[in-house]
Amino acid sequence: MAVETELLDRLRAGDEAAFATVVERYHAPLLRFAMTMVPTRAVAEEVVQDTWLGVVRGIDRFEGRSSLQTWLFRILANRARTAGGRERRSVPVDLQEETAVPSQRFNAAGHWTDPPAPWTDAVEDRLLASATAGRVRDLIDALPEAQRQVVVLRDVEGLTASDACEILGLTDANQRVLLHRGRSRVRSMLEQEAGEG
Amino acid sequence: MAWRRPRIFRPKDVVCRDAVELVTAYLEGQLPARDRARLEGHLADCPHCTAYVEQMRTTVAVLGRARPEPVDAETRDALVDLYRRWQTS
Repeated sequence: MAVETELLDRLRAGDEAAFATVVERYHAPLLRFAMTMVPTRAVAEEVVQDTWLGVVRGIDRFEGRSSLQTWLFRILANRARTAGGRERRSVPVDLQEETAVPSQRFNAAGHWTDPPAPWTDAVEDRLLASATAGRVRDLIDALPEAQRQVVVLRDVEGLTASDACEILGLTDANQRVLLHRGRSRVRSMLEQEAGEG
Repeated sequence: MAWRRPRIFRPKDVVCRDAVELVTAYLEGQLPARDRARLEGHLADCPHCTAYVEQMRTTVAVLGRARPEPVDAETRDALVDLYRRWQTS
């Protein structure tokens, strides 16, 4: 990414406008991610502050092998684990069975008995229009922690699977299981909302 | 008479209960070719699972829709100040 290389060069050269651009672009996403990793907003704000301190100190050593965004999120994940006292190497995937759809909605042969009602264009528009930052936070907050972290990185922030694995210390397979479970739960919440239309 | 592949060796068809568990890997482009073909074969015949896959796509779109509140000027300026002090020290 040529634009990012230029931004990095300016950051290393002490360009304050470049640093302000990076803060404007990533402060809020970092805070949103921090809140999936620590229990309170106050601690999340401290962790983000601490992350920026790490960035300021480490920018000369950043080699640009990952994207700037991935580097920032990785610093944050490390700080958050320290702040939360959770010194674990990776997020464990709950080995308990969790189905995307309750098994009661299928018959013994595995066919739908209670199929999803298709969402009309009007329903889709309504769901998309109501997807404010606060509403998305409510959906995310309803997820178990490990699913929440993956869903935020992948679907809210739009990172790649390999970036999310690197940041969270997950294998590709576990990342996909958590993403699948998280998305399935959010779909189910939206299905209820659509039905209340 | 031409030899025909016995039906008995046909791989087990995907049923709805399996299909909903394959959706994420499918949308991620991570399903092996054979599984993808089996799932797509099922979707071609099953309007319910087709609706389900569409709902999962919409779910991803909803999650990616929200932009966070922008950083306030005070916080930004304090961070720029931190950067300046580190650069000049």
